[in-house]
Amino acid sequence: MAESLKSPAAGGPRGLRAWVGQTVLYGLFALAVGVFSHWPPYRHLAADLALIKLSLVHTGKPVGDCRPLTPEELAKLPPNMRAPVQCPRERSPVTVELDIDGAPVVRAEAAPSGLARDGASAIYRRIPVRAGDRQISVRLRDDVRSEGFAYRLERRVHLAPAQVLVIDFDTEKGGITLQ
Amino acid sequence: MKVSESPSAGALSAWRRVERCFDRAFGAGSNPLRQLGALAFLAIWLLALSGIWLYAVFDTSVSGAYDSIVRMSRAPWSPGGLMRSLHRYATDAFVLFTALHLLREALHGRWRHFRRYSWLTGVALLPLVAVSAIGGFWLNWDRLGQFSAIATAEWLDALPLLANPLARNFLGSASVSDRLFSLFVFVHIGVPLLLLFGLWFHIQRITRAAVFPPRTLAIGTSAALLALAVAAPVASQGPADLTRIPTPLALDWLVLFVHPLMYATSAGFTWVLTLGTFGALLALPFLPAAVPRLGGSAARAPVAVVDPANCNGCRRCFADCPFAAITMVPHPDRRVGRELAQVHPDLCASCGICAGACPSSTPFRSTAALVTGIDMPQLPVGTLRRRLQSGLETMRGARPIVVFGCAQGADARCLTAPDVLVLPLICTGQLAPSFVEYALRDGAAGVLVASCRDGGCAFRLGARWTAERLAGTRAPQLRASVPRAKVDLVQADAEEEAVLEAAVASMRERLSKINDFSGPTSKMHHG
Ligand code: SF4
Ligand code: SF4
Repeated sequence: MAESLKSPAAGGPRGLRAWVGQTVLYGLFALAVGVFSHWPPYRHLAADLALIKLSLVHTGKPVGDCRPLTPEELAKLPPNMRAPVQCPRERSPVTVELDIDGAPVVRAEAAPSGLARDGASAIYRRIPVRAGDRQISVRLRDDVRSEGFAYRLERRVHLAPAQVLVIDFDTEKGGITLQ
Repeated sequence: MKVSESPSAGALSAWRRVERCFDRAFGAGSNPLRQLGALAFLAIWLLALSGIWLYAVFDTSVSGAYDSIVRMSRAPWSPGGLMRSLHRYATDAFVLFTALHLLREALHGRWRHFRRYSWLTGVALLPLVAVSAIGGFWLNWDRLGQFSAIATAEWLDALPLLANPLARNFLGSASVSDRLFSLFVFVHIGVPLLLLFGLWFHIQRITRAAVFPPRTLAIGTSAALLALAVAAPVASQGPADLTRIPTPLALDWLVLFVHPLMYATSAGFTWVLTLGTFGALLALPFLPAAVPRLGGSAARAPVAVVDPANCNGCRRCFADCPFAAITMVPHPDRRVGRELAQVHPDLCASCGICAGACPSSTPFRSTAALVTGIDMPQLPVGTLRRRLQSGLETMRGARPIVVFGCAQGADARCLTAPDVLVLPLICTGQLAPSFVEYALRDGAAGVLVASCRDGGCAFRLGARWTAERLAGTRAPQLRASVPRAKVDLVQADAEEEAVLEAAVASMRERLSKINDFSGPTSKMHHG
């Protein structure tokens, strides 16, 4: 097994066995790459399921009412900041409830973002449901000063397998939307 | 000086067994398992080549991307189709080579001391590898790209980074804008460039970094990937449709495994797992050395020391040091233009290869105490000469054999015959070839130099320099006048003691046939 002193590093093993060995190993390498870059197939969702994405970004109402400042309070402020009405910056958290076929599925409360809690609240949920006809009811509250839900949506939908139903919120479109 | 017994030592032993199987087919020098870093580089070059081709025909808009790729690869064996498949398979190969490279270095415990820099810069690049590889799938904007982009967005959303979930970008086709798609393109070009830049840092502290594998291996690997591209062309899996979950999918498990993992567990768990692994890899060099490492103990071996009086500034140590630990500085003797070697202790691997390179290391020098230009305090050349002299004096047997062995490779101490004198070195690269001639003149009938195999040297270049010095193609050379029949070089890695034994047996047999009555010649000074 001692390599020849003249060319210890030159070339590799030669001969039929080395060729066969190399061919087999290159083949195994290509096979491994070829197989695991496609197989086994991945089923992200069982064949009879659809997916509901409850995803919304919404800025809640301010936590308190605006109030006029008293003349004394105004006087304490620097002249350039003497706005007669003061509104709280902090926003209400957004509460969302989703029932499917009457059963409660999501009860979520999203706090407003930002250090001053004056930003939008965001919710993102993935809910796999059995495909077929489903009764969807969504309720949303965005104001701590009022009881109950300001926005509601009740709809019967037909969900095909692998279909994605997005529940979103858009004030311009009148509130809760399905797409 | 061997890696101590532990579970990782068992794994290392298993790895070596596989490596030896590959040696038989490829030879150690072109063994892919010993060339994993270079193979990862090869994959990068293939990716760059195919990537530039793809970019030339790629439509970078959301609506046009899918069609442009389908058009290009409609005929599977068209150049475009081949390039597309090659790009994908080279990605898979790159991820595979990188993972195995990391595993191999980890099994050898190569994260401490002089390896720390390369370890840390390598680990730090892993996230870039992941982003580069995964991001490429999005550009197809087929069902697989859709799945990966959304899964990635949902994964990132688990971190409290953004007020607006990223996944909202994929609620409907209207929300995926050209701007977002330009970002994908930017990520897939910018991050790989950043990765390449990082790789430059990764190989800074090693000399002669292999950024390209040996030619036969490069050709074989490229041909295997190309053959795969021809045999199993990659096809798009239908245009992205955000109103439907793409299922079932032909998933690239080598790259996209993290998505199924996340959906099978949770985004949080996947973050803890990936960040935990990443953090642990980064922390390894700083942990107390309960973990076995090269050299067996946490204590650092003494580094090379320069003796200015014996350094003439020839630069051989500078050229041979595998870890760029030597710089040349002006010599303190102030002779104009004369240089002196200087060792950076932090970078020095304590391998002794520099001592083997130094012309002052020749044992033929008549000085009573042999002191060389650059040497290892734990085994100076003077000590080696003394051991050789006293060993040969007490040798029995008609034809004594001197074996210069490597403490990192096959353990030469297994050779316990009375006619064999074993002199272990830190690395065989520590051996100045003149020691071979000296041993022959001092009574040895034959000299066996045992190094690790090509690509198996714990200090990277020791085996290569030894082979070249003995073959006379690298300074300091074994002189041409030394009878080659009496000298053998054997390459045997750790656990290959049987190879050493066989080499000694074959040398013994050969020496017995040499009709040499001249007997030991007297010592002569080396010219
Ligand atoms: S012992 Fe010498 S050759 Fe080895 S790393 Fe240190 S300076 Fe370089
Ligand atoms: S090989 Fe020796 S003489 Fe040459 S530069 Fe290095 S230490 Fe000095």
